[in-house]
Amino acid sequence: MNVKVRIKFSKYGLVKFIGHLDVMRYFQKLLRRADIPIAYSTGMSPHQIMSFAMPLGIGLESDAEYVDIEITERISSLTALKLMNEQNVEGIRILSFRELPEGAVNAMASIKAADYEVSFREEMKPDFSCFEMLKDMYEEPQISVFKKTKKSEMYVDIKPGIYRIWGNDDRIGMCLSCGSTLNIKPELVIQAVYDRLKKDFPEHALLIKRKEIYTESDGVRISLDKIGDDIL
Amino acid sequence: MNKQALSDKILLTVEKPARYIGNEVNSVVKDKDSVDVRFAMCFPDVYEIGMSHLGIQILYSMLNTFDDVWCERVYSPWTDLHAIMKENNIPLFALESQDPLCEFDFLGITLQYEMCYTNVLQILDLAHIPFDSKDRTWEHPIVIGGGPCTYNPEPLADFFDIFYIGEGETAYRALIDLYKECRSAGVSREEFLHRVSGIGGMYVPSLYNVEYDMEGLISSFKPVYDDVPSVIRKEIEMHLSDTYYPLKPIVPFVKVTQDRVTLEIQRGCIRGCRFCQAGMLYRPVRERDVELLKSYAVAMLNNTGHEEISLSSLSSSDYTHLKELVDFLVEYAEEKRLNISLPSLRIDAFSLDVMSRIQDVRKSSLTFAPEAGSQRLRNVINKGLTEEDILKGASEAFLGGWSRVKLYFMLGLPTETEDDMRGIAELSNGIAKLYYELIPKSERKGRVQIVTSTSFFVPKPSTPFQWASMNTKQQFLDKAHFVNDCMHEQLNSKSIKYNWHEADVSILEGVFARGDRKLGRVLKEAYKRGALFDAWTETFHEEPWLEAFDACGIDPDFYTARERSTEEILPWDMIDIGVSREFLKREWDNAINERVTSNCRAACSGCGARVFGGGVCFENA
Repeated sequence: MNVKVRIKFSKYGLVKFIGHLDVMRYFQKLLRRADIPIAYSTGMSPHQIMSFAMPLGIGLESDAEYVDIEITERISSLTALKLMNEQNVEGIRILSFRELPEGAVNAMASIKAADYEVSFREEMKPDFSCFEMLKDMYEEPQISVFKKTKKSEMYVDIKPGIYRIWGNDDRIGMCLSCGSTLNIKPELVIQAVYDRLKKDFPEHALLIKRKEIYTESDGVRISLDKIGDDIL
Repeated sequence: MNKQALSDKILLTVEKPARYIGNEVNSVVKDKDSVDVRFAMCFPDVYEIGMSHLGIQILYSMLNTFDDVWCERVYSPWTDLHAIMKENNIPLFALESQDPLCEFDFLGITLQYEMCYTNVLQILDLAHIPFDSKDRTWEHPIVIGGGPCTYNPEPLADFFDIFYIGEGETAYRALIDLYKECRSAGVSREEFLHRVSGIGGMYVPSLYNVEYDMEGLISSFKPVYDDVPSVIRKEIEMHLSDTYYPLKPIVPFVKVTQDRVTLEIQRGCIRGCRFCQAGMLYRPVRERDVELLKSYAVAMLNNTGHEEISLSSLSSSDYTHLKELVDFLVEYAEEKRLNISLPSLRIDAFSLDVMSRIQDVRKSSLTFAPEAGSQRLRNVINKGLTEEDILKGASEAFLGGWSRVKLYFMLGLPTETEDDMRGIAELSNGIAKLYYELIPKSERKGRVQIVTSTSFFVPKPSTPFQWASMNTKQQFLDKAHFVNDCMHEQLNSKSIKYNWHEADVSILEGVFARGDRKLGRVLKEAYKRGALFDAWTETFHEEPWLEAFDACGIDPDFYTARERSTEEILPWDMIDIGVSREFLKREWDNAINERVTSNCRAACSGCGARVFGGGVCFENA
């Protein structure tokens, strides 16, 4: 019987330029190098059973990325952390390796919200207080912003997707809705501020770090690594 | 190591920024203050191609075993980054340290194909290193070239300080020691290069004078000093089981062309196909010990986490212990859920059995490379594969469940006639017909799929065809259309798909393959006019080349269309590959007379490679 495991890892520094598909390939090879007893799917072309919670865009750093895997035999969380971190490149650290309870929903299907920390690049700091403007904007009943996706271009109200904002101009914190219903990216929130001021929002102005990803349990947001327990 | 040569903004603008950040698993980072020599190893093409090359991985790991050396990597910035670097005057850097190349002691550039020559100029240009060797000072790295194109390096002679002729394992230590000695003794760059010419395999082009006659043929080729050798013999590693091998190859983040472990089982080839340069250059055949290879395979798979392993050699079927090695790998792969790929295998009962064990028969295709459409022409090129071999292999394969076949041929081979070309279509048709005869209708899953491809023959230096004339672009295209028409006449033409290459790139390849020093100017002119990444269909443009030839007053036909006399001084005559000119002449004569020469194991044909004192030449001794 396979054991379901949730892995939490961080991604920072140069590896922020590695795209999501390459991170997936990186993990496939990492698990082999670290000799983790990863389970394979059955069928003509077996592949490692592995699913990531949420892609991280190129250029973003993160303290909390999640991937669910299945293993064929239990190994202790400490051993797994050691084996994997010995094989990691600089910039990717495994933070936890925890067994999921029976029937747990996989990470991708259960995500509801994520925390971000946003700051401006030194040379691209705005000439106004972005944080103050953001707070003002947040007081309004709705925040309409022009959203461009691969499929459509339209105005959407992002207010219901912004759960909380905090911090100051150097570090703007925001908790945003994610997942299948409403997916809000931190750039879009800052874009809304610029739109409101009728200013051009320059490209690549922000440094963004994902701080945590949450699911919901009985109406309460809990971080994804709170589901599951360390393997002793 | 978090130094970053390119800003976040640039990295977020360019395609695949992971090409430029280094930091991959198994890349080597040293303290630059603790080494004496910094070596930048460059493959002048995009990262995904360069990272797939075994030779660089071997040299990288070898040089990094030297405590006093730190070897790093460089690849060609893709056109998007090229434009940004030019515009902002950003110097080209090595991946590991992200330091500019000008800070390095050596810049090694591997020359794998002629169509990367403008990329060599791009590297020098972006690195702020003068194009011409004569304009460089100790402020610049020593630029050294290696790889198959150095067996005629003359078109690049102006741009390189040294060409390393032969296999890289043998002479780098001596070269680095000499460099350290000369630098600490404060000798001039010129004097250093002069002394380098005394090391085996080192060709220092600036130390030779070339004179031409009225027609542009070489009339004399002489060293400028008495102690500079007039002939440079290739370096060769005769002990393949006792040399460097990269057991911890670098694992790229981005998906590269060869995303797998590569196990080099042998060097050289016993077959002696007359068009094949590699088959002549790497004589004699030398095999690696099978037990050693098994342990290498396991170590490399563990150290990389790759899910696939591939065997590398010119003709894997000729490796003496192939069955033992493959049986081991198949068993290991099943246990560890790995894939195996076996290129360059002859199709026979053994290989079909192996392939049916390692891949999905319905999805995979079989590859035959008859190279020529008739037995007559196959005799001319000494390709030992007969029509009977092909049909036998194909029938076994069809009965085993395969229904896709790929066929590779060349057009423009010496002595080729319309019958030979028609033979390409007829052989393709014959294989399709065989399928319909062998496999009853009820067992077929649609049509058999035959994909026939032709490339255009480019005569290469140090082969029996080095004197041959090459077809013109128009001749090539006429031939491709002729074959295409023949295909349509075949009964089973609906089961056959025919592809042919573009001809203009083949012509350029032909010019530079057998070119001389006069072509250096053409390269510079073409690069100046925007030629770059000429090996890529989407970035190749003929115009800058046509303009460059015109501007230099050079007629490309001089290098391609002309049949050379066997008495002519060839630009690459100073290079000795062990295989004698007499043997090549004999083989040229045998070709014209349609006479076959046996492979090295069946009978020695006295090519000259015995002089290296090992390998297949002494197998039965």
